[in-house]
Amino acid sequence: LNNIQKGHFLDSKPRARAAPTAGDSVLFEDTSSAAPAMNSQGYYTSGYNMGGPSNDMQGGGGMNNLFADPMANAAMMYGSSLANQGKDMVNKEISRFMSVNKLKYFFAVDTRYVLKKLMILMFPYTHQDWEVRYHRDTPLTPRQDVNASDLYIPTMAFITYILLAGMALGIQKRFSPEVLGLCASTALVWVIIEVLVMLLSLYLLTVHTDLSTFDLIAYSGYKYVGMIFTVLCGLLFGSDGYFVALAWSSFALMFFIVRSLKMKILPSLSSDSMGMGSNAKPQLRLYITVASALFQPIIIYWLTSHLVR
Amino acid sequence: MAFTLYSLIQAAILCINAVAVLHEERFLRKIGWGVDQSVGGFGDEPGIKVQLMNLIRSVRTVMRVPLIAVNSVCIVLLLLFG
Repeated sequence: LNNIQKGHFLDSKPRARAAPTAGDSVLFEDTSSAAPAMNSQGYYTSGYNMGGPSNDMQGGGGMNNLFADPMANAAMMYGSSLANQGKDMVNKEISRFMSVNKLKYFFAVDTRYVLKKLMILMFPYTHQDWEVRYHRDTPLTPRQDVNASDLYIPTMAFITYILLAGMALGIQKRFSPEVLGLCASTALVWVIIEVLVMLLSLYLLTVHTDLSTFDLIAYSGYKYVGMIFTVLCGLLFGSDGYFVALAWSSFALMFFIVRSLKMKILPSLSSDSMGMGSNAKPQLRLYITVASALFQPIIIYWLTSHLVR
Repeated sequence: MAFTLYSLIQAAILCINAVAVLHEERFLRKIGWGVDQSVGGFGDEPGIKVQLMNLIRSVRTVMRVPLIAVNSVCIVLLLLFG
């Protein structure tokens, strides 16, 4: 079972690394035919570097002068400069809504981190130190700190959950492509609802934390790992296995959420709460933590019970 | 409960409409939730009620104009496509 899970995540890593390249070359068609071979090499050697495309565009432009027809030459140069302009404009617009740098922080993971985090998600009882380490006021990237939250695991777990739901429905001969889309959008809507409720409650209680929206999305997404484990056990071992795995992953997830959020929400010794806060404040924050932890098993059961009959 | 993204958008529009129709003078002041009744607490722990009142007021201020546009679009689409 662990091999299947590990295989899933390790298989999807090349997909994740290739995804930016495929996205870039599909959105902004590189019209120079000599460039694609150079493109793929440029992307793989530069790793996560998003600045790869512009280098390759210029390299492709340089190679275009070998074309005999000057009109086609000029057309291709014009086309590639237009694509560059379009790409710059899209980047500017996107960076107005969410800063891409902050998003890159959440995807800076490596294999060791992913394996350790999955272990902690499934068995958090032996993990000692839950404190997020800082480096001169900025939080460390997930590569260096196993307590940092990332967005890679939730994204991959979400996609794996959708595929697994499709497979489970196919086994029960209840599959159709619409059902897959419905399952995906239902799960996405529940994540959005949970994140919005958490944001609202944190705002109303004036809790000064450094939990950003992406952190909350990450903590909401960690439950998909438990869901995958539960559905797999349900498929392999029948109804008993389903309930055992549901209980196990619920407790593990509740423990994980309470310990992680306790660090971030509860001891917020900011400058304004120097003993003037009433006794209601720590209690309300505790209620938030416990409520969000209790919500997880409910939603796990809700989203997986129809897959395992 | 199978949600689609469309139903989420519908629910969001309905909720924001509900917050936007709370009239300041006729209603909120009567139940003690007007914005001039939230004085006090300088710099220290505003409290849930004050935060909620500020949230309502800011949602109404910000979303008034976009709501007109979104509601018109919704009405036209629902008339055309049912």
